[in-house]
Amino acid sequence: MPIRRLLLIAGALALVFAVTLLAGLRQGLLALLGLGFGAVLQACRFGFTTGWREYIERRNPHGLWAQLLLLALASSLMLPLLAKHSGELVGAVAPLTLSLVLGAFLFGAAMQLTDGCGSGTLYKAGAGSPLSVVVLPTFALGSFVGASHQPAWIALGGLPPVDLLRYGWPLALALTLGGCALVAIVTLPQARAAGPWPRRWVIGAVLLALLAALHLIVAGQPWGIVYGVGLWGAKAFAALGWNPAADPFWGVAPHAARLAEPIVYDVTSVTNFGLLYGAYAASRWRAPVTTRLPSARRLLVAATAGLVLGYSSRMAFGCNVGAFLGGVTSASLHGWVWFAMAFLGSILGVRLRRRLEAPARI
Amino acid sequence: MDDARWFRRATAIFWLAFTALVLLDALAIRTYRPEPPPIALGSGQAPGGGHCSGR
Repeated sequence: MPIRRLLLIAGALALVFAVTLLAGLRQGLLALLGLGFGAVLQACRFGFTTGWREYIERRNPHGLWAQLLLLALASSLMLPLLAKHSGELVGAVAPLTLSLVLGAFLFGAAMQLTDGCGSGTLYKAGAGSPLSVVVLPTFALGSFVGASHQPAWIALGGLPPVDLLRYGWPLALALTLGGCALVAIVTLPQARAAGPWPRRWVIGAVLLALLAALHLIVAGQPWGIVYGVGLWGAKAFAALGWNPAADPFWGVAPHAARLAEPIVYDVTSVTNFGLLYGAYAASRWRAPVTTRLPSARRLLVAATAGLVLGYSSRMAFGCNVGAFLGGVTSASLHGWVWFAMAFLGSILGVRLRRRLEAPARI
Repeated sequence: MDDARWFRRATAIFWLAFTALVLLDALAIRTYRPEPPPIALGSGQAPGGGHCSGR
């Protein structure tokens, strides 16, 4: 085995060992799962942003279909678990608020300009994409401020959460699979014209579904991204002297506790750490990587869009992972509302993106 | 500086800064927390909270 691969494996083991030492075995296991998420996302190039853009621009639904396969498989694994262990395992259930509708639309538009959603930004940053590395700090800042404003957005009103698990997991699963099938059927004519379904996306969907179910089993909650990213922003501002005590989000339980504790105690943060390194290792597994720096204008636009990406993700109760994947696989209707609105936002985002130069690719 | 060299340096700085910040945070805060069971399923305990859905 090349020395490079041994070093990459040693780095992964060091990360898991360090997190376990600092925060316990559960957090170490979550870092390990994060490594898996990052490696699969990078190795399979499993992106929500690109999949949607391919459909919007070229009517190629392969990426969208891979996401539907992920949703269907993960729901099949997770919904029975959530129903049978409701005290220990808690789904991602959120209300159908005005903030969800507006936030998901803005997120969908912004993710086309940042060339990455929540998971996409993290895995591309881990792999070393300059665009995503520039987006990451503004994503954290936006997520931190958005979380702080989230209670005010929710107060604007909406409908209460709709948790389909109330009607039993078989019906909830049937409705979820029906939703996935409906979207697949709508895009079926284009799928025939687009040729064979890339195997890497099918493999990615299967592996991500398994990892998402394992995450639920270990953490007790679905996989998330932006909570941890926002916490990093809050940590940075607290270190600079900001007092969170009076903050309507960061000053109340359980978020105040997360902010007061070491960051390695936070579930989403350690999963994110693993994801970043997993993507780094996967990108360098076969050979060293190099890239070109995008134009200053492109970087500036992406950094600005990163602020919107982070802020809107908190208005919408999460990103493509926490709200879309987590919501749908918890049988919460807000996951489907998020999908519809973010997809509409992406149509706008793709148009805006066309005006900009093509981003650098890793 | 050529692109490859610049990229290697930027990558090293990114990971060094990342590791330093996490370690500084972990070592600066001294709080006692009872360690949760390794796996939530079967533990009989509710998760601690802190998720994108607002929980």
